[in-house]
Amino acid sequence: MFENLTTRLGTVLDSIRGQGRLTEDQINAATRELRMALLEADVALPVVKEFIERIKVRAIGVEITQSLTPGQQFLRVVQQELTQTLGGVAEPINLRAQPPAVILMAGLQGAGKTTTTGKLALFLKEREKKTVIVVSADVYRPAAIEQLRIVAGNVGVEWFPSEVGQNPIAIAEAALAHARKTYADVLIVDTAGRTTVNEDMMKEITALHGALNPVETLFVVDSMTGQDAAKTAKAFADVLPLTGVVLTKVDGDSRGGAALSVRQVTGKPIKFMGMGEKSDKLEIFHPDRIATRILGQGDMLSLIEETTRKVDQEKALKFAEKLKKNKTFDLEDFREQMAQVQNMGSMEAILDKLPGGAQMKAQVAKANPEKQIKRSVAIINSMTKQERKYPDLIKASRKRRIAAGAGVEVQAVNQLMRQFETTRDMMKKMAGGGMMKMMRSLAGKMPPGMMPKR
Amino acid sequence: MSENSGFLTKLRAGLNKGDSFLTRDLGTLFSGDKLRDDAIEELESRLLMADAGIEATTWLIERLQSEVNAGRVKNEKQLRAVLKKFLVELLSPVSKPLVIPPFIKPYILFVAGVNGVGKTTTIGKLASRLKKEGKTVLLAAGDTFRAAAVQQLTTWAERADVPILSQGEGADSASVIFDAVQSAKSRGIDVVIADTAGRLHTQAHLMEELRKIKRVVQKHDPYAPHEVLMVVDATTGGNALTQALQFHEAIGLTGIAITKLDGTAKGGILLAIARRMALPVRFVGLGEGVEDLEPFDAEAYAEALINP
Ligand SMILES: Nc1nc2c(ncn2[C@@H]2O[C@H](COP(=O)(O)OP(=O)(O)OP(=O)(O)O)[C@@H](O)[C@H]2O)c(=O)[nH]1
Ligand SMILES: Nc1nc2c(ncn2[C@@H]2O[C@H](COP(=O)(O)OP(=O)(O)OP(=O)(O)O)[C@@H](O)[C@H]2O)c(=O)[nH]1
Ligand SMILES: [Mg+2]
Ligand SMILES: [Mg+2]
Repeated sequence: MFENLTTRLGTVLDSIRGQGRLTEDQINAATRELRMALLEADVALPVVKEFIERIKVRAIGVEITQSLTPGQQFLRVVQQELTQTLGGVAEPINLRAQPPAVILMAGLQGAGKTTTTGKLALFLKEREKKTVIVVSADVYRPAAIEQLRIVAGNVGVEWFPSEVGQNPIAIAEAALAHARKTYADVLIVDTAGRTTVNEDMMKEITALHGALNPVETLFVVDSMTGQDAAKTAKAFADVLPLTGVVLTKVDGDSRGGAALSVRQVTGKPIKFMGMGEKSDKLEIFHPDRIATRILGQGDMLSLIEETTRKVDQEKALKFAEKLKKNKTFDLEDFREQMAQVQNMGSMEAILDKLPGGAQMKAQVAKANPEKQIKRSVAIINSMTKQERKYPDLIKASRKRRIAAGAGVEVQAVNQLMRQFETTRDMMKKMAGGGMMKMMRSLAGKMPPGMMPKR
Repeated sequence: MSENSGFLTKLRAGLNKGDSFLTRDLGTLFSGDKLRDDAIEELESRLLMADAGIEATTWLIERLQSEVNAGRVKNEKQLRAVLKKFLVELLSPVSKPLVIPPFIKPYILFVAGVNGVGKTTTIGKLASRLKKEGKTVLLAAGDTFRAAAVQQLTTWAERADVPILSQGEGADSASVIFDAVQSAKSRGIDVVIADTAGRLHTQAHLMEELRKIKRVVQKHDPYAPHEVLMVVDATTGGNALTQALQFHEAIGLTGIAITKLDGTAKGGILLAIARRMALPVRFVGLGEGVEDLEPFDAEAYAEALINP
């Protein structure tokens, strides 16, 4: 049903050639398509209108270069503006406060507050080496406190006890006093989900904020949210001085327009995104990734841009030359290639950008490619130089030694060797070809029906 | 109509807060006995802002436009009537209440959906409703994954005053539900409602797990599950349609419950789903209390939207 925005813009813009700049008529035609695409991506209508006004101003008179079609050129403007609006660069969590730094979680029912509380606790404990205490002020939802107790146990942070029947403000105050007394670095306060029309509950969250004086007040929002995102974000921002946003369930395939709505309405940075149910599935927010998703089901343009930017050009060139010259591809090259793939960002992030990537991602999820790459690199590292150069040397006894060195089973070494051989064959075939060619062959490997309909 | 009036009252209160998103200040769209030029566009915006989606919105607006062109929309009253007529036309095909025939015993009902939409809560409310109708109900704690999911359902079982069967966190979901059906058979229980863990439709292995649960339960009754209810959160945008399509493909849905209509979200996605899929909307969730679940009724829903 959804047509890729690139395709749509192509239809309205690319017929017009030979002009040096985008004209007003062209831009008006293009913004109509953009409006539809943004609405389909669930960006709130008032936000769409405002955004389009800004695009009009930016796009007028944009030069059309040789390398891009007018459609691509327009899309670039949109993509840049969108990424900028979404936050440009990621903003880190702020803990600059007299310890304990208090973080207050707020949002609608089921948005992911409790889960995110656990994820944040783990993040701060592991990455920032903080001592973290979590407490639940949710005395309403059945087993909400128990849920946080379990989550805290799983990530190994202190859970401050609370009970149904207690007053949420009293819970918060007691937890804060305890955190002070024990010199904890951070106190994260989970709260009940609430609809913004429930006045008592909105008063409660304001009172919690007053009692805690948090350094971060995070609005947790489900990335699948539709038009309501703008209204709800505004209602929360009206009663709470929000400092940031957490976008959850980004591991799904929603277009994520809520991100733009919330960002625009609150003016507050999106700091994290939830990428799964498990406690380690929290990532720093990537504006460009979400921008790409909002604009279409994966956008090849940005993928190619990113690929060419990140792959070390010089290395790639040397690599291609080497292939041409002696037509060999050894394990050393294989390792380098894997390092490049890793460098491009997580496999999942790459798949995110491909049309139909979500489905593919679900399929490769089982395979866990990143872990495999790490393991493969470990195996190659435990080979001798000679073995890397002459892979045919590697027979049973050597395999056992290599496996022991890398801490894996012999099967893993066998598997790696098979992978290596397949890749070597592929490399021979495309020696001399560039990254673009590889991308195309990657696209060709996608199951039918996963490419966007044209 | 008297049966619907309870629903209507609750819906009016929950959905609109005394002010319909669709028909607010409808009178201002007229100048004299003529619909203003920008009126259609305004109504289109209102539908889009309720998450009705482009397809359902276009469907409604096209019909409205032809009525206008035919000169049948001259005042506010006529506009309301026309809007209501088309809403009912759109929704009545999916307005089919859940009927549990007495000859299917135990009647096996699966509840599925993405994370946090309100599955467990809806099960609690539904169990209470069925119990009040005189049925015996057993809950199966099939969410063995999420922290405290079993405890949460246990609390709901207590509220609804129905028994629950669970094996604790980490157990195999299919085996919990299989055991529950087994137990219901031997105890002569009328209805088994199985909770399942929230899962995104993009997670292939979790969708496969749903299929497995279905296969395992079919060892008891090849026609089971008799109802597969997907729960949709009213705040969800266009993704709800994708969810419905993917869950349907995985296990075959027979109904939908739409929750959280008591918030500011208008649940227009209901219109989008109705337009695309012939999937009955069984229930509407209007709060977190045990009483806050109502059977869906197209006529009453349209009435609540049009005449708040
Ligand atoms: N796939 C996925 N699921 C998530 C993510 N974050 C949370 N969830 C799931 O969403 C559901 C709701 O999460 P909770 O943390 O209980 O949400 P909450 O906001 O605390 O809910 P209430 O306290 O009831 O308002 C659970 O099933 C979580 O496992 C995420 O980033 N990805
Ligand atoms: N306002 C409102 N809240 C609701 C409604 N239905 C459920 N909730 C709330 O939504 C949150 C999530 O509900 P759950 O029943 O745990 O959702 P779930 O789908 O079982 O979640 P997971 O099992 O984690 O996927 C809870 O805070 C519920 O109280 C409703 O109709 N209105
Ligand atoms: Mg919670
Ligand atoms: Mg549940």
